[in-house]
Amino acid sequence: MLDLASSNPAIEIEGLQKSYGDVQALCGIDLEVEQGTVLGLLGPNGAGKTTAVRILTTLLPPSAGSARVAGLDVVKDAAELRAQIGLAGQYAAVDEGLTGFENLEMVGRLYHLGRDSAQERARELLDRFDLDEAGDRLVSTYSGGMRRRLDLAAALVARPPVLFLDEPTTGLDPRSRLGLWEVIEARVAQGSTVLLTTQYLDEADRLADRIAVIDHGTLIAEGTSDELKERVGGERIEVRLVRPEQAQEAISALSGIACEQPSADDGVVRVPVRDQAGAIAGAVRNLDAARIDIDDIAVRRPTLDDVFLTLTGRPPEPEEVDEADPDTGEHPQEAVR
Amino acid sequence: MSLGLRFAISDTLVLAMRALRRIPRNPELLTAYTVQPVMFTLLFVAVFGGAIQTPGYDDYADFMIPGIIVQQMAFGGFATALGLVDDLKKGLVDRFRSLPMSRLAVLTGRTLSDIAMNALALAVMIVVGYIVGFAFATSALEVAAGVALCLLIGYAFSWVFACVGLYASTPEGANTFGFILIFPLTFASSAFVPPETMPDWLQTFATDINPFSTMVDAVRALFVGGPGGNDIWGAVAWSLGLIAVFGTLAVRRYRTAVVS
Repeated sequence: MLDLASSNPAIEIEGLQKSYGDVQALCGIDLEVEQGTVLGLLGPNGAGKTTAVRILTTLLPPSAGSARVAGLDVVKDAAELRAQIGLAGQYAAVDEGLTGFENLEMVGRLYHLGRDSAQERARELLDRFDLDEAGDRLVSTYSGGMRRRLDLAAALVARPPVLFLDEPTTGLDPRSRLGLWEVIEARVAQGSTVLLTTQYLDEADRLADRIAVIDHGTLIAEGTSDELKERVGGERIEVRLVRPEQAQEAISALSGIACEQPSADDGVVRVPVRDQAGAIAGAVRNLDAARIDIDDIAVRRPTLDDVFLTLTGRPPEPEEVDEADPDTGEHPQEAVR
Repeated sequence: MSLGLRFAISDTLVLAMRALRRIPRNPELLTAYTVQPVMFTLLFVAVFGGAIQTPGYDDYADFMIPGIIVQQMAFGGFATALGLVDDLKKGLVDRFRSLPMSRLAVLTGRTLSDIAMNALALAVMIVVGYIVGFAFATSALEVAAGVALCLLIGYAFSWVFACVGLYASTPEGANTFGFILIFPLTFASSAFVPPETMPDWLQTFATDINPFSTMVDAVRALFVGGPGGNDIWGAVAWSLGLIAVFGTLAVRRYRTAVVS
C-alpha cells in the first residue's frame, strides 16, 4: 500500500509526451498531485485528457517522459501499479449481461481479493451506492446514473489509494451528478487521491483542490480555482440600464468606485471593483444622483467558464462536438443510454 | 505453483464463469448452441439424406452426423468473437487491462467457456443424431477419444474467432469474416458429401488441402469406424497448429487493442 506517512506526491508527471505518427497528442506535460487531494484536469475535446489518463492507468505507453503513480513507474512497474489504482471511465465499463453484484464480485476476484471477501465487498459497495435493491438485477435494466454509480463502485472495490475518473458524470442528470460527487468527496475524505477529467466546470469547482487546464496536448494553466479566476480578472458590477443611450453618463458616474475603466456594451455597464463591500450600494447611490434608471444590478465573479474561455479561446462545452480522433483516444461526449 | 500461474488460472476461471453466466440470459446465443444444431441436423438428414449416396456407410446419418458435429464445433467459437467485440466496444477491455489480473485471462477465459458450450452442443447433437438413425460403431474408448477431439477442434477454432473478434471491431464485421472464411471451408470438405462427386479441382482441395476434411474424417473414424489412422493425428496436429498460430496473433492483438 501507499506509504501515507511520506510526503511523496501521489502522481508525478515529467515531460510526458504521446504521439501517433505525426499527431502529437501530449506535448510534454509536467504535473504533480499531492496525496489526498483532487486534481481536476480540464480541456476541450481532443485536448489530450483521456490520453493522459490512459497513460497513467498503464493502458498506453508514453512516447517520451515519465510518470509515477503511488511511487510506481507507469511503464516499468505497470503490473504492480495496477493493484494501486482504480479507473472509472466515461463509458461506464460494466458488464450489461451480469447483475450489479456479479460485476463487483468479478472485479474483486480479479483484484485477487478471494471469493468470500469479493462477495462481502460487493454487497457493501452496493449498499453504499444505493444499489442494494438493484444489485441482483441485470445491469442492462439499469438507468444511466445507476450504471455510473456501479462503474465508480467497481473502481473502489480494492480501496485503491489513487483513483482516475474520466468524465465520471458526463451525460448524467443533476441529481445523479450530485450523488456521485458526494461519493467522490467521501473517498477523498478517507485519504484517496483523485485525478478527475471533466468538461463541467462546476464539477471541477466543487471537487478539485487544484485545476490543470490542457489544450492541444499542452498544460496552459494550473492552480486553485480562485487563482485561475484571478488570472482572468476580479469581481465586477454589472448594471443593465433602462435607457442604453445613458451608457456614457453611467460610466462617468461609476468611475469613482471602479478599480479599472468601466466598459459598456449593449446597455450593460461593467465596472471592475476591488472592494466588493458596499460597492453595490455606492453604485446605486451614484447612479441615482445622476438620474440614471437601473433595470438590473449585480456583482458578478468570474466563473471557471470565463477562465476556460479566456485560456482556450473556446467555450468548455461546444455545441457541436468534433469528430472523435481515433488516434488520440478522445471521444466526443456521448449521452448515456 | 508460482503465484503468477495461480492467478492466471483463477483469473481465467473467473472470466470463463462470467461468459457462461451470460449465455442463458442471451436467447440468441443459447439458440446458436442448442436449437440451431438440432435444426441443421434434422434438415440435412431429411432433405439430403435420401439423395446422397455414401458408400461404405449404412445410413446417411452415420456419414453426416460427424461432419455436422465438427461444423458446429468450428462455429462454437463465434461466441468468443462476438463477446470480444462487445467488450472492446463497451470499454470493458480497458477496465480489465487496468486491473492487476493476468493479461491473457480475457482470452483464455472466453475460449474456456466455449469448451463448456461446445460440450453442451455436442451432447444435444448426439441425442438428435440417435433419433435420426446415427449410432456409434466403435469402442467406448474410441468414442471418448472422438469427443475429446471434437472439443479440441472447437477450442482451436475459438482462437481463430478470438482473432476475428479482435480484428473485426464490429459484430457485423466478425459475422462477415466468419461466414466468408469458415462457412465455405466446411462445405468444400468431406463433411456432408463424399468428395468423389465434386469437380476435380474442388475434390483435390477437399481431400488433399482442406484441414476441415482431415478433422471430419478423423472424428468419423473414431465415431463410426473406417480408415482414419493418419487423419486422427493430422486433425490433432492441425488443431494444435491453429491454437499456436491464432493464439499468438490474438494475444499480440489484445495487448494493443483499443476502441476505434
